[in-house]
Amino acid sequence: MARKTSLLDQCLTPKAEIPTALKFTVSAVTWVAVIGVWSILTYGGFMQDIFLPSPTQVTDAFFRLLDDGTLGQHIWASVQVVVTGFVISSIVAVPLGLLMGTFKVVQAALEPLVNFIRYLPVTSFVPLFILWIGIGIEQRIMVIIFGTFFQQLVMIADVSRSVPKDLLNASYTLGASRRDALLHVLTPAALPGIIDTLRVTMGWAWTYLVVAELVAASSGLGYISMKAMRGFQVDVIFLAIAIIGLLGLLTDLVFRLFRMRLVAWAN
Amino acid sequence: MSVAVAPKTGPYPAQPEPAGPHLSIKDVRLEYKARTGKSVLAIDRISIEVPDNEFAVIVGPSGCGKSSLLYLVAGLAEPTEGHILLDGTEVNGPGADRGMVFQSYTLFPWLTVRENVEFGLKRRKVPAEERERIVSQYLNDTGLAAFHDAYPKQLSGGMMQRVAIARALANDPRILLMDEPFGALDSQTRTSMQKLLLKVWEQHQKTVLFVTHDIDEAILLGDRIYVMTARPGRLKEEIVVPIPRPRSLDMVMEPEFIAVKRRILELLKNEIKDDEH
Ligand SMILES: Nc1ncnc2c1ncn2[C@@H]1O[C@H](COP(=O)(O)OP(=O)(O)O)[C@@H](O)[C@H]1O
Ligand SMILES: [Mg+2]
Repeated sequence: MARKTSLLDQCLTPKAEIPTALKFTVSAVTWVAVIGVWSILTYGGFMQDIFLPSPTQVTDAFFRLLDDGTLGQHIWASVQVVVTGFVISSIVAVPLGLLMGTFKVVQAALEPLVNFIRYLPVTSFVPLFILWIGIGIEQRIMVIIFGTFFQQLVMIADVSRSVPKDLLNASYTLGASRRDALLHVLTPAALPGIIDTLRVTMGWAWTYLVVAELVAASSGLGYISMKAMRGFQVDVIFLAIAIIGLLGLLTDLVFRLFRMRLVAWAN
Repeated sequence: MSVAVAPKTGPYPAQPEPAGPHLSIKDVRLEYKARTGKSVLAIDRISIEVPDNEFAVIVGPSGCGKSSLLYLVAGLAEPTEGHILLDGTEVNGPGADRGMVFQSYTLFPWLTVRENVEFGLKRRKVPAEERERIVSQYLNDTGLAAFHDAYPKQLSGGMMQRVAIARALANDPRILLMDEPFGALDSQTRTSMQKLLLKVWEQHQKTVLFVTHDIDEAILLGDRIYVMTARPGRLKEEIVVPIPRPRSLDMVMEPEFIAVKRRILELLKNEIKDDEH
């Protein structure tokens, strides 16, 4: 007898696929629910707008800042800081992480130190960075680097450690040198994991933005939200947060597309 | 002829090699040192001579050190004592002259079937046209021509091991090492792979050292079977298989086949009994 699994069954089975239409519907429902609750709380007068601005107040703030041209400026300033910090950090962390996961000597040399540093609170280094490198954009970039680099290093090392040893062994029995094995086996094998790590740590880099622009900044999304805080402009704070979130989402999407294109073999 | 490398530790110095090209495993012992400081004796003084152009098979119970022995011959591990010589030269690290098909799937997932088979040729800087010719030949020989652009993810287990065999053969190794290459396959696929391997081997006559725990497979494929004891692995008996080639799968019913099988079963049965005491 042919039995058709019901939609409910599909939803309740661990790891079972669900129809695409349902997936999008459910995602949309979540957003509608969040915005709905927000609307009820604000338009319904349950919360005062000095604590929680209404959706229209936030969109008003958006158009206000867009019109006077400052919003674009702040977004650009923040994007510069996050992207520069992230790129510098990644350029060093990816090869070094691969070496750390591949060569026990490098691991022994770096791991204890890195594991110590990566639990240090970034915030407490801000005054030191200001002392050492001043209050320019370099200081903000430094905060992003400090926040992401050590995490990246550890995650990339794990990625490279998880490459099966027999993959390297197979290459040796085919005549590969150690250099070949590193370049033509370990690196491509680690690529999907590297891209995933970059995607996740890019998200973290965005979360460090406000810390980076906490002090001594004169532009940026973190800066306007700090400034808005002092003027009790809750709508601007919300706007800044929302834009940071959207930019994060956008970079996440870019990395996902990048992964689908570049390492289609892994999907 | 001289032995290239100084004798390793232990009371078994290199002996002068008898003439003639072949693989020679001499008094090899392998001890694994665990992190805890305890050590496991995996192989205890094995000596095997594999004549050229023979299909040699190692059978033995699971955990008796078969894979370890192949890793030693491949140069992927070092014996604690003893020597492994190929054509009189001591094995010193892995190399393209000893191709290997692994028990686990070891295709490079980012390369297509064709690129996987080409991998060794590229490392050895074989010119492009020659690579093209060799790869096509082995893809045809192993029945993979239609799949040459597929990625390993898209292949079944049997197909992946076919590619692994083609990849090793395309590199034209001096000897082909195979570690239970069909161990993870269902019995139908396994049978068709044995058929394929028989065909390919009878065509190329490359020296093979093949590991299995499947007795039928050992007899069907092998010219010579080395039966190993349970751990620590020792050589229990060497059996020359008196079945003519070309071989076919029907031969499993023939009296010679059954006689060899009975002999091996007996040897291994004793092995399991030994183990229980
Ligand atoms: N890296 C290792 N460290 C410690 N013990 C090992 C290691 N590899 C294998 N062994 C042990 O050595 C013995 C032989 O292993 P193996 O060569 O894989 O056997 P087989 O291939 O015949 O099943 C087993 O008892 C196994 O547990
Ligand atoms: Mg094994």
